[in-house]
Amino acid sequence: MRTRVLTIFLLLGATAAPLAADARSDAKKQVEFGIAVAQRGLWREAIYRWERAAQIDPKYAEAYNDLAIAYEHEGDLEKARVAYEKALELEPNNALIKQNYELFKEINDRTTRKDTQDDPGNQNP
Amino acid sequence: MTLATRILSSVAAILFIAGCTNYYEIPIETPIKPKLDVSAFQRVLVAGFIAGGTDDVDGNLETTRLLRSQLRTKSDLRVIDTDVLPLMEVATETPGTPEVKAEPTRSVPPSDGAEGREREGKEGKAETKPEPKGEAPQAATPEKPAAIKDAKDLEPYEHVFADVEYWKKIGEEYQNPLIVTGTVMFTPHQRSGIVQREEEVYDSFGRRRVVPVRTYMERKGYILQPKFVFIDGRTGTVMHSENFREEVLYNANQSTPALSSYFELMDRLIPSFLSTLSSQKIKGTRVLLQ
Repeated sequence: MRTRVLTIFLLLGATAAPLAADARSDAKKQVEFGIAVAQRGLWREAIYRWERAAQIDPKYAEAYNDLAIAYEHEGDLEKARVAYEKALELEPNNALIKQNYELFKEINDRTTRKDTQDDPGNQNP
Repeated sequence: MTLATRILSSVAAILFIAGCTNYYEIPIETPIKPKLDVSAFQRVLVAGFIAGGTDDVDGNLETTRLLRSQLRTKSDLRVIDTDVLPLMEVATETPGTPEVKAEPTRSVPPSDGAEGREREGKEGKAETKPEPKGEAPQAATPEKPAAIKDAKDLEPYEHVFADVEYWKKIGEEYQNPLIVTGTVMFTPHQRSGIVQREEEVYDSFGRRRVVPVRTYMERKGYILQPKFVFIDGRTGTVMHSENFREEVLYNANQSTPALSSYFELMDRLIPSFLSTLSSQKIKGTRVLLQ
């Protein structure tokens, strides 16, 4: 009985590992393509690719980092913040993600600081 | 395991990790949306400012010229080129203002170059307008009370920005523009204390090192405190206002002209001023990871 259970576990382990590796490999292809198009200035396509990568492998920190950069470039600072935080949650010690996040925060803080300088009761035309 | 082996294996591990990570530096431009929706306006009138502080710089004239110049080149709005409004007079004429001894100041010719900052070459963006008639302020001799020496002295005049009827009238005369006005305080400032600075030192082998040194220093400079008020020329109401504060300090031995310090400080806050009206792009570099 014990042997059977062990065998099942081993089999599960043996099949799960390649599945995860496949997911990472597929996601990596999307990330690579996203980088190539982003370097040509096609940021919308890059966003699509990196979102796909994050869907395929939700634990792929690099995909979230790249996605955050693309959102930042598009001016969607809230989405960028969420993506950076997800990337850092997955890889808290990644110095490059940290560096990107620090630079992003400078801009994000500046815009938030500006909002707090407003007088209350301001209204648009 | 010896120490050498341990160090070697650590270095190998770092190199391995670095080798595995592919990264690409990429330039990005982050667009920052304008704080105010000014799409309803085609023109902007920088009306003038209630200014105080040092007598070395006319905060009203310089700020008006600088903002007009910046808006002309960095916004889509057409800048109305006219004389500055004598806001002090207007403020003293309306109720709620204490009597202030006024002294005349020089008049402001329109389209005058200010320290090479005015770019009159941008034709088609600047609009000239005949002087307003009737009750509208005549631009000939704006008056500046000598009493304004600090921010508190400005307070009695600030009610002018809430004078809806006055601004509505100005708006009608200039075809309902966005009106930019406010207050500007530019005051001398000095501070002394312990300052940390870097100093080059050479050791006995002639090697150069930079070390932090703490020294007592007397410094002097200026504080610039502008408040920008944005008024809807159609209704005369305040849409938005922002306060800024910038300061600069120099070594007490250094002689820096007040006007130069004024422009140095304005340069720092102009991007924030512009980002209220038009979208700005912040350039930077990020690292894409694979």
